[in-house]
Amino acid sequence: MNYEKLLSDQVKAIEPSAIRRFFDLANEMKGEVISLSIGEPDFVTPWRIREAGIYSLEQGYTHYSPNPGFIELREAIAGYMNRRFGLRYEAKTEVVVTVGGSEAIDLAVRSIVNPGDEVIIVQPCFVAYKAIVTMARGIPVVVPTYERDGFKLLPEALLSAITDKTKLVMLGYPNNPTGATMSREDLAPIVEVLERYPDILVLSDELYGELTYTETPHTSIASFPSMRERTVVINGFSKAYAMTGWRIGYITGPEEWVRAMNKIHQYCIMSSPTTAQHAAIEAANNADKEVSEMRAEYNRRRRVIVNGCREAGLSCFEPTGAFYAFPSIRGLGIDSDTFCERFLREKKVAIVPGKAFGESGQDYVRISYAAALEDIRTAMVRLKEYVDQLKSEGTQRP
Amino acid sequence: MLDRYELLRLIEHNARLTQPELAVMLGVSEEEIAAEFARLHDENIILGYTTVVNWDRTKREAVTALIEVRLNPQRDQGFDRIARHLYQFPQVSSCYLMSGGFDLMLIIEDSTLREVASFISNKVAPIDGVVSTATHFILKKYKSNGVIFDDKPTDRREAVIL
Repeated sequence: MNYEKLLSDQVKAIEPSAIRRFFDLANEMKGEVISLSIGEPDFVTPWRIREAGIYSLEQGYTHYSPNPGFIELREAIAGYMNRRFGLRYEAKTEVVVTVGGSEAIDLAVRSIVNPGDEVIIVQPCFVAYKAIVTMARGIPVVVPTYERDGFKLLPEALLSAITDKTKLVMLGYPNNPTGATMSREDLAPIVEVLERYPDILVLSDELYGELTYTETPHTSIASFPSMRERTVVINGFSKAYAMTGWRIGYITGPEEWVRAMNKIHQYCIMSSPTTAQHAAIEAANNADKEVSEMRAEYNRRRRVIVNGCREAGLSCFEPTGAFYAFPSIRGLGIDSDTFCERFLREKKVAIVPGKAFGESGQDYVRISYAAALEDIRTAMVRLKEYVDQLKSEGTQRP
Repeated sequence: MLDRYELLRLIEHNARLTQPELAVMLGVSEEEIAAEFARLHDENIILGYTTVVNWDRTKREAVTALIEVRLNPQRDQGFDRIARHLYQFPQVSSCYLMSGGFDLMLIIEDSTLREVASFISNKVAPIDGVVSTATHFILKKYKSNGVIFDDKPTDRREAVIL
């Protein structure tokens, strides 16, 4: 069979991962290395949440749920969004429970993008955005962000990317991989730009919203009155509650858009896993304390890792969200791929080349602090040795 | 701003964190940490630093016993005099005044069965004011002071997740 010919154009249009070789190597060396390359919590799901999942199985909850999810869960989510972020959504009509945040992003894009529509993607960002837009036959329009601006989206950059074909803007703050956040003050000028273009919609991926380390808590762009009716907020249980494997995300947004997304969801997915939904009900209602303890722990590790990067001689932008540091390796005379590959081989620490997250990330590396403190400490000692070694190699070069 | 409770909770779980490490973790200066430690010692809030040992994995043969002690309270002294008398014995690792069906809870560690028996019959039971005792032996420690004694958890995650 000639699958090169048979596969759909959309699938073929998806670019292969920029760091495939590194991926393979990291997999080969798994077990002998310290992994700071993992975009998921190292914590196991808090017991009270796991226990709720187990109890639901004991009670025989093994059937499908309603398409958009159990109403108890949607109510718990609506309550949570209001309590934590001041966002008001109607549980019955404005919330859909999805299979992780990834499905939610796919639904939001597919439900509004027509072939040829432009979608603004703010990079560096989560790797799925571009692929999802491509599969929906949209045209990804990349807007890079820079360390000098704190990796925030600036209104000028947004404005210059907008054309009459722009349909959607995808925002991911707190950001994977940079750890950047956008405060209410940072978002206000973005909102002003968008107010001039009433037909442009917004997808705000706020999976890491709980993991914000600034004095003021996470602000959702949907909390601006003019944005509420044109924004879907993507959130989920994976990051904040350490529930990645349960695959529970959700969408909240205006009723008509949510109804359209639910239409795709009901045919493609039917409903999210029942056991996981029961666990998520417990999480949304009763696990604020566990979340705040994990956040406090991430925050301490964040300081250790930023300090470690700086002591190693790398310039490291101060991340204020998610669980990543994104230090620059510029000036070491080595690209981020080689930097990470050699660090893995020579010092047995896995971190991710920044270019995996877009061109604007290519002089950076992503270091996850979703790892045990002792491992982080050891890795930082090795990072310093490695950077010193690279610097001395540099001076020896003719 | 240094959060005293965050500092205490951290070192309660890991007493080996050094002051420079704690300063970085809590985002304050080393001087602030040092000053806070001085205050915590002065105020008798930090009383000592210990290590969590799983003795079952060693060759040592010793038991841990919980002794419930019922007392007649004494005029002007309540239960304090007898509690102070009993906690002087080095094998008493903990001594608590309890609500409920008995008054003092003694935890005896690092003793053999024979030593526990002798301690109760020679040192506890004869005290004027002790009405009765009931002794329980710990058969297996699953978790103690927040630490799980089973095997170490393993990291089950994939090598790279973007």
